[in-house]
Amino acid sequence: MAKNIIDVRNLSKSFDISSKEPGLKGTIKHFFKRQTKSLKVIKEISFEIKEGEIVGFLGANGAGKTTILKILCGLIYPSEGSIIVSGYFPYKRRDNFLKNITLIMGQKQQLIWDLPPIESFYLNASIYDIDKFEAKRRIKNLSDMLEIDHELFIPVRKLSLGQRMKSELIAALIHKPKILFLDEPTLGLDINAQRNLRNFLQKYNKETNATICLTSHYMKDITSLCKRVICVHNGSISYDGELDLLLKKLSPIKEISIFCRSEEDANHLKNSGFKVKNKTKKEITIKVENNSITSALKTILNNFDIEDLYINEPPIDEIIGKILIKKDHDI
Amino acid sequence: MNLYKYSKVYTKFLYTSLASELEYKVNILIDLLTAILSLIGSIFLLTIFFQNNATIGGWEFQQALIIQGIYTILNGITNTWFNPNLTEIVKHVREGTLDFVLLKPIDSQFFISLKKMTPSGFLEIMLGICLLLYCTKINQINLNFNFLTLCLITIICSICILYSLWFFISTTTIWFVKTWNATEVLRSFLYIGRFPLNSFSFSLRIFFSVFIPIAFITTVPSEVFLGISQIWKILLEVIVALVFLFTSRKFWLFALRYYSSASS
Repeated sequence: MAKNIIDVRNLSKSFDISSKEPGLKGTIKHFFKRQTKSLKVIKEISFEIKEGEIVGFLGANGAGKTTILKILCGLIYPSEGSIIVSGYFPYKRRDNFLKNITLIMGQKQQLIWDLPPIESFYLNASIYDIDKFEAKRRIKNLSDMLEIDHELFIPVRKLSLGQRMKSELIAALIHKPKILFLDEPTLGLDINAQRNLRNFLQKYNKETNATICLTSHYMKDITSLCKRVICVHNGSISYDGELDLLLKKLSPIKEISIFCRSEEDANHLKNSGFKVKNKTKKEITIKVENNSITSALKTILNNFDIEDLYINEPPIDEIIGKILIKKDHDI
Repeated sequence: MNLYKYSKVYTKFLYTSLASELEYKVNILIDLLTAILSLIGSIFLLTIFFQNNATIGGWEFQQALIIQGIYTILNGITNTWFNPNLTEIVKHVREGTLDFVLLKPIDSQFFISLKKMTPSGFLEIMLGICLLLYCTKINQINLNFNFLTLCLITIICSICILYSLWFFISTTTIWFVKTWNATEVLRSFLYIGRFPLNSFSFSLRIFFSVFIPIAFITTVPSEVFLGISQIWKILLEVIVALVFLFTSRKFWLFALRYYSSASS
């Protein structure tokens, strides 16, 4: 059984936030005397993450996902609670801890802007104490996985966003980290680039058993990568568990659209006890609970003359959208 | 600290900086031209000051040129290392890219202080050294081992004081976020270092020795050059340099506890 690589207990974080009244008067007042108040952005959260797991952090803007990620990688000091990541207290930022982790942010970059990415890779290799030959081998492996080659020799400023993101990944993974913290890695990428990145992360996780903590507002990232999600609402965890279970919980009903061969059959179906959403001449849409789908289909196929039928999953974005505004007791 | 690793990383810093700068050839030429014109301008200004006075604050023109030489070397070092790196701290904090620095298994102060290098500043350093060599000739200074060692020690101390002051101001960015102006003020104060300390009034002398020790930066090495320095002044400069270096280091480590990273 995989061991816990991240262990968070009763973690809280407060920031001093200053607020300003509108207008010139407010600006002058703000300049001379700032009204600051302590805001608790993370409120006593606890969770564990096992080695090799891919966990998605879900939440609305400002919910506290990125702050959690930054506390986990040691950038922000926690105000209260205990955190152990890969056997270390992250905020101490010991070299051995830093060699085990990496942070990739979709909206920030570490590559040297005027030089080709390959130069940044070799610079990072020397920082992580990796010799030139080993660095070359690792760059080759990663660039093969990411299907990027001659672009590594073109100045970063001339690369497309997708190519830059691939290069960022190589720069961030050259030291073979055990834990990857990804903060909206697909931000701004086109659909194909997003898919390539997701495929890469899946492959990387499979090959290296690396643990991945991910935040993203693109639901496809979450659904295709994460079995487990942690929902954050106003700094608290409102759900921590399997994504499938959450979806079932939030969407207990599926819709079945049935195309009958005759209007008579459609009318017969309408009156057979199913909950009908809408009906046209030969087409009827019914609502069925998830756990009754099989029996409902059996009844329909055995008793009615059906031309075609579809089971409609509710749109995932819609369901996840509900999570972002739900509180603990709602989920 | 693994010296081999740090020297290897620094070699990479030098290489990447040079490669980045060479991407923009015209900019390098303009920087080189600016360095030459700036030195000519400074010497011209000095000649104007000395046109009607044989001495200023007890210093003759040939002696004042030594201060100009040391100032040029320090300005070269500022342009080569301090300016491209330390002003960048503000940008790192504002944009949150300091995250990448802090997550590298390398000393963060080393990384942000030395990552970049502007090669055109080297010309200024070379010009400063040439001017000093010329000054040794016109002031009939005897170059020997002890003299050169003392000069080197005082110049290194000056570099440390200047670096610490600049780094200290840049570190306050972690709380105040935008401190461009403060570093600009420091640069303006550095211009004062082109003139002998004795040429200022008593109160200004105290201000530039105690509160902002710009005076130490150029005057003490110049006095050593002329053989008129007293040992207590040299010792004081060494102590000031060590205290400043130590304090700037502690201050940086303290400030990092308050780093909240930029929002995404």
